[in-house]
Parts: sequence; C-alpha cells; structure tokens
Amino acid sequence: MKCRELAEFLNDYVSGELAHETRTHFEFHISKCKNCHEYMVQYQVVIKAGKIACDELSDEMPPMPEELIKAVLASRPKN
Amino acid sequence: MASAAPVDDEATLVAQLRAGDEAAYEQVVRAYGGRLLAVARRIVGSEEDARDVVQDAFMNAFRSLDRFEGNAKLSTWLHRIAVNAALMKLRTRKRKPEQSIETLLPGFLDDGHHEERFKSWEEPVDKMMERAENRELVRKQIDALPEGYRTVLVLRDIEGLDTEETANVLGLTVNATKIRLHRARQALRTLLAPHFRSAES
Repeated sequence: MKCRELAEFLNDYVSGELAHETRTHFEFHISKCKNCHEYMVQYQVVIKAGKIACDELSDEMPPMPEELIKAVLASRPKN
Repeated sequence: MASAAPVDDEATLVAQLRAGDEAAYEQVVRAYGGRLLAVARRIVGSEEDARDVVQDAFMNAFRSLDRFEGNAKLSTWLHRIAVNAALMKLRTRKRKPEQSIETLLPGFLDDGHHEERFKSWEEPVDKMMERAENRELVRKQIDALPEGYRTVLVLRDIEGLDTEETANVLGLTVNATKIRLHRARQALRTLLAPHFRSAES
C-alpha cells in the first residue's frame, strides 16, 4: 500500500469499516510510515476539534441581531 | 463579543412559556437565538436562509412546548428543532453547483508518497480546544470550507447524522457523501495545519 492509497482509506479506517485484509495492509503501512501516521493523527484531531468547537451548549456565539429577535417575537403563535 | 444572559432556572422559564408569558418568550429568544443562528448558518450557509431557519425553529418550538420533556435541556431541545428546520431548508432549496476543493487536498509524488512532510501539532486536541481562540479558529475554518463539503462535515461530524440520512437530505448517493466527508476533513486539516503545528518540529 502506498501513502496515496492509505490517505484514501483513512475515512473507512477511522470508522471501522475497512475490510480485514485492507486493514492489515493499512496498519502495516502506518506502523512503518511516520508521515502517514502523523497525517492520520491530525485527521482524527480535526474530527474531534470540530465537535468541540461547535458544541451546541457553547455560549460563545454572538447574540442574534435585534431585528431578527423582533421578527421572531412578532411571529410567535398566540394562545 | 457579548453573549446573551444565561438561563438559570429552565423549569420556571418553561412553565412561563407554557403560560404564554411574553417576557419569557423574549428571554428564550435572546438567550438561545445567537447559538441557533450560528448552527443554522453553518448548515445552510447563507445568512438569509439561516434567519428563515431560526424563525421557523422558534415558531415550531413555541408551538410544541407541551412536547418538551422536563428532563431534557431546553438548549438541546431547541438545537434539535433548529437542525431539523435547517434540514428542511436544505431539502427544499435548489442545489448549487459543486465548488472545487482540490487545492485543499494533500498532494502526492509520482511514486505515491505525500508531497508534504507533516509537522506534528503542538498539543493534544483536548488541550488545544480549551482555548477560546482555537475554538473560534476551528469554527471559522469550517465556515471557510466550500459549501457542499462544509454541509456534509457539519451534518456528519458535528450534528451526528448518519451517512444515509445525510445523503438523503442532500440528494447525494451514500458513496458521494462518504467521499465528500473525507475530502472535507482533509481540507479542514489543511486549513488548520498552519495554526496548529508546533514551532520547533
């Protein structure tokens, strides 16, 4: 397996969907190739970083524009 | 930037909403609107569509208050409603032509090796993401991804939809969705690398 192929299989590897034989080749390559190993580490970091940065409970987002607040309130269903 | 006042007592607030208390509606919109708008923007891309999504989401939420269960967090419940409203928007809108992502993908030499030697990143991800400026940077770079790729990454990696659901919403095949997700992650890595690599390696 070449680095180019390994990069193509990363997605399936990290989601555990790689067929047994391909997985063996993948793991053999990555155990020998520092560069591909680093690339895989960063690929996984990116997935996790996205999740943490966009946490739904985060209150780091700027408030909603005032005119949109007014529009939302004006269109709320009345009991 | 200033964020809206946090909600201390959700149970009381929900009770006030159910009673039709106008001040409670306003408090909810102010407290959660900003983050719902950010979620909507990240999924649908355009500001105009994101605003529609937020309006729809609050309308749906206020209409179905009796379905809100006390053991859930109000923010989580509103978030889910906003994601659904955003998905609805994606389903009904015309698909845009796909933008190119090639320049953000890794390059290879003729012999199949990577062109680039990847320098390690300075800290473990949890440590890196403890800092607000890094969280902000990641959000910014996600927003900078080409549209069709950003949407797939957001739905799969952030909102946790599965491949089939994502494919369905976007009118793509399962295989095309997988490829887009993979490319989007690779592109995001390329965008983040200059900021995250350690100085000494």
